[in-house]
Amino acid sequence: MAKRNIPEINAGSMADIAFLLLIFFLVASTMEVDGGIARKLPQKQPPNQAPPPKLKEKNVLQIAINRKDRLLVEGDQLVQVKDIKQLAIDFIDNGGGEGNKGVGNCDYCKGAKSDASSDHPNKAVISLKSDRGTSYGAFIAVHDALGQAYTELRNRVSKERYGKSYEALIKQQKSDKSQKLKDKIQTIKDLYPEIISEVEPTATGN
Amino acid sequence: MSKFKKQKKGLPAISTASLPDIVFMLLFFFMVSTTMRETDLKIIQPTLPKAHNTKKLEHKNLVSTVYIGKSINESIDGDVIQLNDKIARVSDVKNFIFANREQLLEEEIPFMTTLFKVDVGSKVGTVADIKRELREIDALKISYAATPEND
Repeated sequence: MAKRNIPEINAGSMADIAFLLLIFFLVASTMEVDGGIARKLPQKQPPNQAPPPKLKEKNVLQIAINRKDRLLVEGDQLVQVKDIKQLAIDFIDNGGGEGNKGVGNCDYCKGAKSDASSDHPNKAVISLKSDRGTSYGAFIAVHDALGQAYTELRNRVSKERYGKSYEALIKQQKSDKSQKLKDKIQTIKDLYPEIISEVEPTATGN
Repeated sequence: MSKFKKQKKGLPAISTASLPDIVFMLLFFFMVSTTMRETDLKIIQPTLPKAHNTKKLEHKNLVSTVYIGKSINESIDGDVIQLNDKIARVSDVKNFIFANREQLLEEEIPFMTTLFKVDVGSKVGTVADIKRELREIDALKISYAATPEND
C-alpha cells in the first residue's frame, strides 16, 4: 500500500519574503517625530501704520549676537551662552512695578524688584538681534536658553499653585483632554508669557 | 525493529513554520510605528542643533519643511535652500507654502507650521530671508528643528 503522506506545503520561503518586506520598510521609513523650538513670527505691519509705542528701556532685555557668535547683553556685557538663562530669569522675574492690563504688582515674582529691570513678566520683552553672518547653531543655543528660562519660571509657579511642574501638566495633557487642565496650562502661560522679539539681522556678515 | 530504526535517524529538523509569523509581526510593528521618508535630500544631511526645550510636531500634514545647508554638489558654495525635492531660491518659498495650503482645509491653515531643518553651520541671514517671506504671506507659525537633549 502506498504511503499516506500528505505533502506539507513548504513555508520556508515565506520567511524570506517577509524579511525582504521588513528590510524595505526599515530602509524607507523614519522613526523619529520631528521636534523643534516653536516660535511665532510677528504679523506683517501695513506700510502706513503708526510706529508701535516705545517700550521703556528697562522692560527690554537686549541680546545681540555678532558674526563671530559672541554675545552682548544690554549693549555692554559680554557673556557666554550658559549665562543667558540666569540673566533672562533675573530679568523676567524682577517684578519691579505694575504689569499690563491692570494686573498690578507681580505677587508671584521672586526677583530682586529692582527699579532698573523689568516691571512685570507680561511687560518684559527679550529682544534678540543677530547678524546675517551669525552661525545658526549659536542662534538656536540662545533661543533654547531663553526657552529654558521661561520653562523654569513656569515650572516654579505651577508647582506653587497646582503642586505639579508645568512640564508635568503638558505631559498630562496627552492623556487628559479636560478643559480644567487646559485652563491651568493657559493660566501658567499667562503668568509668564513668552515675549521674544527677533530684530531683523544686520547685514554686515559675509 | 522498525521502531529502533526510526530513532536512529537523528534529531528532527526544527520547524521554521513560525518564523514567517515572527517576521510579519516585526514588519507590522515597523509599518505602524514609522513614517515614510518623503524627500530626497539635495543638500548634505543637516546636523541639527541640540536643544533642551523642544516641542514635538504632531500633525505631519500641517508641517512644511524647509531645508538649509550645504549642497551635495561641492562646486556650489554657501548655503542652499531645499523645498520638496528641489534646490530653490528664497523667492520660491511663497509658492511652496501656497501649494501646501491648497491641500488643506480652510480652518487648518492657521495651524500650519513651517519647520526649519537647518545645519548648525549655516548662517542666520538665509533663515531671516525666509522668515521675511513667511511674514508677508501670514505663515507665522515656525519651528526650528532641533534634536532633543536630556540631562
